[in-house]
This record gives sequence, structure tokens and C-alpha cells, in this order.
Amino acid sequence: MNMLAEGFQHRHAAHCESGVAANMFTYYGTPISEAMAFGLSSALSFAYLPFVKITGFPLISYRMPPRFILKGLSKAFHSRIHFETFRDPQAGMQRLDQLLAQGKLVGLQTSVYWLPYFPEDMRFHFNAHNLLVFGKEGDDYLISDPVGEEPQRCAGADLQRARFAKGALAPKGLLYYPEQIRRSEISPHLVRKAIIKTTRIMLGPIPLIGVRGMRMLARKVASLKTDDDYSLNYVGHIVRMQEEIGTGGAGFRFLYGAFLQEASSLPGLSMLADYADRLMTIGDEWRAFALATARMVKGRDPMNPETLANQLRALADRETSFFRDLKKVVA
Amino acid sequence: MEVNEVPQEGNRTLGHHRKALYARDDSGRVIIVPSRGSEVDETVTLQAVERMHAFADDAKRRAYAGETSPLEYWMWAKRMDVALLSQVTGLWQWRIRRHFRPAIFSRLSPRLLARYAEALGMNIEALRRLP
Repeated sequence: MNMLAEGFQHRHAAHCESGVAANMFTYYGTPISEAMAFGLSSALSFAYLPFVKITGFPLISYRMPPRFILKGLSKAFHSRIHFETFRDPQAGMQRLDQLLAQGKLVGLQTSVYWLPYFPEDMRFHFNAHNLLVFGKEGDDYLISDPVGEEPQRCAGADLQRARFAKGALAPKGLLYYPEQIRRSEISPHLVRKAIIKTTRIMLGPIPLIGVRGMRMLARKVASLKTDDDYSLNYVGHIVRMQEEIGTGGAGFRFLYGAFLQEASSLPGLSMLADYADRLMTIGDEWRAFALATARMVKGRDPMNPETLANQLRALADRETSFFRDLKKVVA
Repeated sequence: MEVNEVPQEGNRTLGHHRKALYARDDSGRVIIVPSRGSEVDETVTLQAVERMHAFADDAKRRAYAGETSPLEYWMWAKRMDVALLSQVTGLWQWRIRRHFRPAIFSRLSPRLLARYAEALGMNIEALRRLP
């Protein structure tokens, strides 16, 4: 049985959820770039959650939690996205086939570990990956994984495993598609609202979130021992969360920079262009932090927690003033 | 980041894949540039992969010495830890640790073995053996 969502176009993206959201809204008649999808849903963030452990290390996130982008976009465009989870894996696969047979483009949440087309070394047990299914040929599902340059194929059994992986953030077979999109215009008002929300998240009062989370993490890093294998794995973990897992810290800053630049072409928002440049520079500093850490992990520089902590503090300072200024200029 | 600064060092953990990064072109426009990855990414990914390998190797050595069960080896080999295996199987962590004792593991019921095998994506026969 062959099925295909006619006219669907795969686009390479930096991050899975914003890529999926952008490609999905575009397909259903609201053309939007990944950067715009990311910015309009106010997805940029920072969170340091020491009580959530990933292979023994705290969760450090540089964006809002899963489904935030989809929900944010659906709100911005007055649309409704239908979300469905399943108890029975077979029912979940049948439902997917049924939707594909209707010519629909369907979004899925999956684990990364069980997707065979992922590079071996990148396959960790991470359950909040997003991808689109745009068709089926025989037993192979045609997959638009936005972090891949080209569309992929995945056998039914593998896809089922990936959709029904268990553990933290278990996808439970989640599938989604928009039922209705009532607005397709990107207005300056929408952009302003989204930016204000992001500045609130970044400058908010909770000590684990936003720039305060960065400072908290800096304190933790400063307290690491210098001669410990655990310390090296800890700082390596920070960078891995930053650079490898779903684009990461620097990547998200560049992505938000792209959003600010795109938004600056809207009436009354031309001042955002400067902010785009400023944020790109901050992204470069995140990369410098990653580089300094990697050199310590490789043993090229001696492990120095205080240096890394200071870099994190400097980043927190830079982002504090950045978001304060940004808030003033859009308010 | 400028377009010519996008890392193309060839991160081998990416396989043949390239990832999308946003960078500024000559005219200052931010565009998507496919990246072959950087040494930084490679370093930290390999660090995590090797950490898992080291745990697995250690468990394998102890399993051959009769100090732990093949279950512990397979857990690390499938890049899990006790906390994750507990979430995936729905078994208490202390029970899983108990099943690391070879004498107890060898007497596990087929049902429990099937539960582990399912969680680790392998069959019961393979789960009982060491590579």
C-alpha cells in the first residue's frame, strides 16, 4: 500500500520541534520559517533542573519543554492541533496508517534510540524527538526528520518501537496534525507579544529558569573538584546538552537571532535587526564556552571549574542586559 | 557566527549526516548552513559514548568473573542505567540490582526475563548470554 501527502516539501532545520512545526504549518497553508516558528512560540529559554537526571546528570535545557512550540504556534495562528496518544501500540500504528491514507501529514513524538537511520553514536535514550510522516511505501514509512538534510525511511516495526519507547517523557505513541488554522498572517503585534513572553521567561523570578538558572549552574560548576572524572563528565554533559541534543544553547541563540532578523522586516520593528546581531555575538560566546570545556575534557587544558563558572556568569550577565533592552524596545 | 565560521571539521559521531546551523552571510543575512560538525561536539559525544562503553566493559569482566549477571552488561550495552531500566520495565531499582546477582538472575522466571528482553530490545536467549 503506497500513500503520500501530496506536495509536501522537506526542509532541513536546526531543531526538531521548530522544524516539524514550521514544515507542518507550511504544508497546511501557513508558510512559515523555522526561525519564525521558534520565535513566535517564545521557545527560547534556559533551565537547569538538578532533580531530573539524565544518565546521572542534571537536565539542562536551552529551550522550553516539548510541545511548547506546537502549542504556542497553534495559539498564535488561532488554530487547533489534534494530539492523540495510545495505550496499545498496534492501535497507534493503525491510526497513523488511517491518517496517511487520507493524505494527511502527521507529526510524531519518538525516541531517538530506536530510529535506525540515526547515526550510531547519536542514539541515546531521549524520548522527546519530533518528526513528520508524509507517506508509506510497502512497510516503509516516509519520514521527514527536520534535523536530517534529506527525507528518511523507517520500517514499521522500528517506528513502532520508537513511538512507544518508555521512560522519562515517554511519547506514548503521540501523533498530531492541525485540524484547523484560522490565521496565516504574521503581524507585528504577534511578534511583540512573543518577544515579551520570552523576556519574561529569561528574566523571571524562578532561580532555576532563565538567567538565574545560568547563575545557579555556574555555582554548581564552581563547586566541582578539579581532579575528578565526574567533574569532567559533568562539564562535558553541559556542552553535550548545549551543542548536540536538539541544537543546544549556542544553536538556539543563533536561531532566535534569525527570528529577530526576519521579524525586523515587519512594519515598526526595524530596530530588531541590531538585536539579532547582538544575540549572534552572544551565541558565539556560548560556543567559546563549549570550546573551553572541550579542551579540558580532551586534556589539552587543565580542568578549571572556576574559569568555566566565570564564563557562565559572564553569559548570564550578557543575556540579562540583552533581554532587558529587548523588553524595553518592544514594550 | 559567520558562514565561513560554521564548523566543517567532520564530527565522526554524525556519520554522513550534516546538521543545520544558523550563520550570517556576507550581506549580514542569517541563513541555514549545513555543518559537518565540530571537534567540540565530537569530543563531548564520544565522552558520553565511551563512558557507557567503559561501564559495559567493566560489567562484562565482572560477569565473566561471576560477580554480576549478564543483565547488567546488557543494560550498559543498550546505553541505559538502573534508573532508566527501572522506568522502562516498571520494576523497582532495588529489584533490578538484586537481579544483577548471578545466582538470582539464573533463576528468574521467563516472564521477568521477557520483560527485560522487551525493554532492551533483544530476545531472552541473547539476554542470558554474554558476548
